[in-house]
Amino acid sequence: MNQLVRALGKDKILSGNLFLVLPALLFLLTIYVYPLAKMILMSLFDPDFTLKHYQEFISTSVYIKVFYNTIKISFFSTLICLVVGYPVSFLLASVSPKTRGLMIIFVIIPFWISLLVRNYAWMVLLGRNGIFNSMLLELGLISAPLKLMYNAFGMYVGMVHILLPYMIFPMFAVMSGIDWDLIRASRSLGANAFQTFIRVYLPLSIKGISAGCLIVFILAIGFFITPALLGGLKEIMISNVIENQVSNLLNWGFGSALAFILLTVAVLMIIGFKKYLFLEELK
Amino acid sequence: MITFNKKTALIYCFSWMVFAYLIFPVFIIIPLSFSSSLFLEFPPKGFSLMWYKRFFTDYQWIDATKVSFIVAIFTTLLATLLGTMASVGLVRGRFFGRNIVYTLFLSPMIMPLVVMAIAFYFLFVRLHLVGTYMGLIIAHTTLAIPFVIVNVTAVLQGFDRTLENAAMNLGANRLQTFLRITLPLISPGIFSGALFAFITSFDEIIIAIFISGTSAVTLQKKIWDSVRLEINPMVSSIASLLILLSIVILISSEIIRRRTEKYRSAK
Repeated sequence: MNQLVRALGKDKILSGNLFLVLPALLFLLTIYVYPLAKMILMSLFDPDFTLKHYQEFISTSVYIKVFYNTIKISFFSTLICLVVGYPVSFLLASVSPKTRGLMIIFVIIPFWISLLVRNYAWMVLLGRNGIFNSMLLELGLISAPLKLMYNAFGMYVGMVHILLPYMIFPMFAVMSGIDWDLIRASRSLGANAFQTFIRVYLPLSIKGISAGCLIVFILAIGFFITPALLGGLKEIMISNVIENQVSNLLNWGFGSALAFILLTVAVLMIIGFKKYLFLEELK
Repeated sequence: MITFNKKTALIYCFSWMVFAYLIFPVFIIIPLSFSSSLFLEFPPKGFSLMWYKRFFTDYQWIDATKVSFIVAIFTTLLATLLGTMASVGLVRGRFFGRNIVYTLFLSPMIMPLVVMAIAFYFLFVRLHLVGTYMGLIIAHTTLAIPFVIVNVTAVLQGFDRTLENAAMNLGANRLQTFLRITLPLISPGIFSGALFAFITSFDEIIIAIFISGTSAVTLQKKIWDSVRLEINPMVSSIASLLILLSIVILISSEIIRRRTEKYRSAK
C-alpha cells in the first residue's frame, strides 16, 4: 500500500513538486547566492584579477591579530559553554518531566529574546555606574567601581549568555536518549561513579557535545554586536573589522576579502564536521 | 533516574545558578523600566511610567516600531509562502539535487550575518534598495525561510499519506485534497514556522545596520544607535516591551506544539 502511494505520488506530481520548490529556489539564487558570489568576485577583481586584498590581509599584523583573536574568543566561548552546559544538560535529561518543563523555561525564554536587548541588559548590569557596581559600593565591598565591561570579562559574560542555549539543546537531546540500564549495568558490574561516567556516560553523550560545540563555534566566529557593546579594543572580532571597512572606510574590496575568509572558515567547519550535526537528510 | 547524594545536590546547585544567570538580566530590566529616576538604579527608588511615556510620545521611536512591524509582517508572509511551498516540493518530490537544494535553503541559518549583510548591501546599493522596506523584507526573508522549512518539513515527514489517498478515492480532486486534508494537517508546522519568521525579522539587527539607511530605520537599529556609545535608560522600557512580545510569541508556539502532540498521541 505504501509503495503504491509512493509510486502514485512519484508519477503524478514529479513536475509539480519541482514547480513548488522553484519560487524559493529562484528567490534565494538571486537574493542570496548571487550577491555572495558577487562579493567574492569583488574581493578578487579590481578591475582585473588581483590577490592584493588577500596579500594585505596576510602581511598586516593587525588583521592577522584580529583573525587570531576571533578564533581564540570563539574557542574559549565554546569551551565555557561546554563546561557550564554539560552538567545543566545532564540534569535536564535526568529529572522528571515536570521538573524538566520548569527548568527548560529558564533556557528557552532568554533564547527567544533579542540579542540586542540581552546585551543591553548586561550593559545596565555591568556598566561603571551599573547595578552591580552601585550595589557593591553601597554594601561597602569595594571602594571604587570595578571595570566589568569594555573588556574580555564583559564580552564573555554577554557571549556565553547568547550561546549557551545552543550548547544545551543538542546535548540535552542526546543525553535524554541515553539508556539508564547501561549506567546501572556498569555500576552493578563494579565500576564506581567516576569510572561509569568516563567509560559509559561520556562516550554516549559525545554526539551531543560535538554538535553543540560545532554550532556554538560557528555562531561565535560571526559575532558582531556583543564585542562592539561589551568588549574593549582587545576584543575586536573580524565581523567588526568588516563592518568598519565597508561602512566607514568604504573599502569594499578588502571588506569582501575579509568576509570571504570568515565565510570559508565557517563552511570548512561545517563540511569537516558535518557528520556531527544532526542535519537530517530528507527521507 | 538519579539518586540524591552530595554530587547530585552539587549539580542542582550549579544548574540553578546557571538558570539564574540566563534569566536574571532579562528580568532586571522590567522593574527598572518603571523607575522614576533619571539614572538606572536597582532597586528603583520610585514608580513612574515616564520612560514609557517618552517612548510613546517620541515619533522617531514610534516610526521605528512601525517600520519593524511592517517589515516583519511582510517577511513572515513571504517566507511562509515560499518556505511552505518549497517544503512540500522537497519532501514529496523525487528530483535530482534535492538534498543539495535542501542544504542551500537551510544554509542562511549558520552563515555569519555580517557576511550576508555586506553581500546584500553591495547588491542593494546598486538596486537603490538601501533604506527601503523592500530591501529589508527581501533580506529578512532569506534569513526566515530556513526556519519555515525546518518546521514544515518536520510535520510533512511524519505525515500519513493514506489520508490524502482516501480523500482522492472518495472523489476529491487534488486541489480539494490539498486544501481540506493536507493543509489543515500541516498547519501547526506552518504556524510555528511563521512565528519563527516573524521574530527573526523583528529582532534582526546586523542586516538592519547596513540596509536601514536613514529612511527605513527599524526598532533594533534605533536601539543600536542609542546604546552604542552610552547606556540610554529609556531603552529599558522598549526592551521590556520587546521581552513581553518575545514571551507572547514563545507561548503561542508552545501552545501550537502541545496541540500537535495531543493530536499525534490521539492518533
